Amino acid sequence: MVDVRSGIGEAVPPAEVEDVELYHPHSWWTRYVFSQDAKVIAIQYAMTAIAIGMVALVLSWLMRLQLGFPDTFTFIDAERYYQFITMHGMIMVIYLLTALFLGGFGNYLIPLMVGARDMVFPYANMLSYWIYLVAVLVLVASFFAPGGPTGAGWTLYPPQAILSNTPGGKDWGIILMLSSLIIFIIGFTMGGLNYVVTVLQGRARGMTLMRMPLTVWGIVTATVMALLAFPALFVACVMMLFDRLLGTSFFMPAIAEMGEQLQYGGGSPILFQHLFWFFGHPEVYIVALPAFGIVSDLISTHARKNIFGYRMMVWAIVVIGGLSMVVWAHHMYVSGMNPYFGFFFATTTLIIAVPTAIKVYNWVLTLWRGNIHLTLPMLFALAFIVTFVNGGLTGLFLGNVVVDVPLSDTMFVVAHFHMVMGVAPILVIFGAIYHWYPKITGRMLNEALGQLHFWITFLGSYAIFFPMHYVGLVGVPRRYHDLGEAAFVPESVHSLNAFISVAALIVGAAQIVFLFNLVWSLRHGREAGGNPWRATTLEWQTPETPPPHGNWGKELPVVYRWAYDYSVPGAPEDFIPQNQPAPGRVSHEAAS
Amino acid sequence: MAVVVILVLLAAGSVLFHLLSPWWWTPIASNWNYIDNTLIITFWITGFVFVAVVLFTAYCVFRFRHRPGNQAAYEPENKRLEGWLAVSTTVGVIAMLAPGLFVWNQFITVPTAATEVEVVGQQWLWSFRLPGADGKLGTSETRDVAPENSLGLNRKDAATLDDVIIEGGELHLPVGKPVKVLLRSVDVLHDFYVPEFRAKMDMVPGMVTYFWFTPTRTGTFEILCAELCGVGHPQMRGTVVVDTEADYQTWLAEQQTFSQLTASSDDRPKAVTAVASSAQ
Repeated sequence: MVDVRSGIGEAVPPAEVEDVELYHPHSWWTRYVFSQDAKVIAIQYAMTAIAIGMVALVLSWLMRLQLGFPDTFTFIDAERYYQFITMHGMIMVIYLLTALFLGGFGNYLIPLMVGARDMVFPYANMLSYWIYLVAVLVLVASFFAPGGPTGAGWTLYPPQAILSNTPGGKDWGIILMLSSLIIFIIGFTMGGLNYVVTVLQGRARGMTLMRMPLTVWGIVTATVMALLAFPALFVACVMMLFDRLLGTSFFMPAIAEMGEQLQYGGGSPILFQHLFWFFGHPEVYIVALPAFGIVSDLISTHARKNIFGYRMMVWAIVVIGGLSMVVWAHHMYVSGMNPYFGFFFATTTLIIAVPTAIKVYNWVLTLWRGNIHLTLPMLFALAFIVTFVNGGLTGLFLGNVVVDVPLSDTMFVVAHFHMVMGVAPILVIFGAIYHWYPKITGRMLNEALGQLHFWITFLGSYAIFFPMHYVGLVGVPRRYHDLGEAAFVPESVHSLNAFISVAALIVGAAQIVFLFNLVWSLRHGREAGGNPWRATTLEWQTPETPPPHGNWGKELPVVYRWAYDYSVPGAPEDFIPQNQPAPGRVSHEAAS
Repeated sequence: MAVVVILVLLAAGSVLFHLLSPWWWTPIASNWNYIDNTLIITFWITGFVFVAVVLFTAYCVFRFRHRPGNQAAYEPENKRLEGWLAVSTTVGVIAMLAPGLFVWNQFITVPTAATEVEVVGQQWLWSFRLPGADGKLGTSETRDVAPENSLGLNRKDAATLDDVIIEGGELHLPVGKPVKVLLRSVDVLHDFYVPEFRAKMDMVPGMVTYFWFTPTRTGTFEILCAELCGVGHPQMRGTVVVDTEADYQTWLAEQQTFSQLTASSDDRPKAVTAVASSAQ
């Protein structure tokens, strides 16, 4: 056994810089609306992301109605169907998951977990949210614009994205989509720089990098990746906007549309795909790494056991982050790119499976010989392990270049990525909300409603996406508004599709229970106290709950140990907070 | 405790679903049964890992669930166990990657005996071109696409004139002979996808992509488009017929060459546009 609790008992270095006074709000507007408090900004981010996510949820209902019961809902014509899938995908990936993990959890947890009073650039942080809100509003505007939103698929592949046979291609749809993404990236960059600098420069005394909770490691690594990957999407959007508005040909070769020659020539559609996936693949891990980090802390806290292999977990996060920048073309095995790329990208892709598998092992080994409390956050963490392992393993099919050939562009792909970056991270988000809601509001979420929400969401989403792999294995392509007659598709596939659709409607409806719980518990939830889970990390040790602006009152916390001192032999309690000097001596003041 | 039972049921149910599922791939009609074999290997390895992880998780929850007086163990790291797990994972990954790359090498190495066939995609119609008597496909250019020349063929290229053109009709292929399929699009991305052949490839305007395969049984197979190409994407269907050699030659003799088509194009100048608009 190796002691990773480095430097326990060592003298804490004196403060190098003085604690600075924050800009405190003077009015209701600067306190709750144009607030510079990261915690308020976090809640603004989260509420906006959840609101737009609900729109995407309704869109998924509509497309499942069409897939499960074709010819029944005549208002879902091909044009609308493609608009629904496009907006559903883009909203879920960018405007919900990215914004909620980084803008929501990042803002709330980073300053609290590293022992800072706030983000280092509070004003830029505030701007980040308002620019994000503008991006969301521009996106929503496309629903009301002439021609409706773009129906190019969330990958927005040119040439079709800006041509007339794609919904919104020659109208406002694609213009608003590209503009919204550009605005989003500008806003994200302001927030992202903040998160990274805060983690590097704003940590409390004694909070070494290797004492940080894995949540912070996950979020900050994802942020670094996003800062490197989003610029690729940014330039791709700018160039496509030029192709659409100014008639340039960055991505447009000579094209004869319906027999008519267009004024384009010399561009490369595959260049767009490289730029898109240079962003798009890291994006998967931008969503996954915060989930990895958060779920590690949920498992450790609720199993009352230190996370197993902390240093390995940190390195796995960093290695996954690095490798994920060089695997992007595994989305393009059948794109027509040079086929020799297949060797390289299949190898890098399967190498990523090793650090990812190590993370899974360490989660389940943390459960081993633990003291597992089956709280709601723990249930969601267990569900995450199941769905993430399932979705990760099907990635080994799709990453292994030749196996991908028959499966690519089929429903197998849809099932895979929903399982691994849809369901799995969202289960972590739910677990995290049940875990941190008491800190944010001072009250617990209702347990019975939470149990109902958990079981329907977990089993329902597994019932949606596990069978969907087999629809793809039969050969059913994705992005088909109506499969129609196809000799290789047995009749029973239609029954399976109807089953999947019913499950999707139920899972979607169950989210109303969750939203109700969020609102109801604000007033009626059980009083939580400062540290209801008896957790070690700093956010649970604040003198007040919910923490006020500035978080720590008079004195900044000083950190003496790593984040995982649970069930330390000989300690009077089964947890020792990070800011407690000597093992088991001082009582935890925040718990009372 | 409910969660333990449900995790076990979920693992068992997933395995049963896989074994009893009537939903499986359509019978293969090409030489790419190697792909199917690699897929089967992957199913076995990943299925084993999935069941092992879920059952182990269920066991941990059962065995180490909280009861009054329990205390968790304190074990930050275990170098030996972590190393052992990392190594065995690497072995499993290699067991999947090695056959995968081996078959990929075959997939991209076109046999010299393969005959070339061109497939041209446009919204939302498949057209085909065979090399004709000289065994060579003439050059083409999207800029040359016009109502009487919907594939944009180069009239000045001698190799073009005897090319056999099939617009909006069926493609026939002889059984047992390797084919290199050259793929071209004149408008947006498409993807030539015949589920029974297992192989598929995008068609990209401005470039020629390819893949190869050998049809292994006769029959009629459906061509689908597998890359979103606008609102008509699901309706972009075609037919490929794998014939015996004799049937193939009979069919081939009935097809028109480019020069025959252009000679008669004065009589039916709108034929191509009529086909295109009927596909909508």
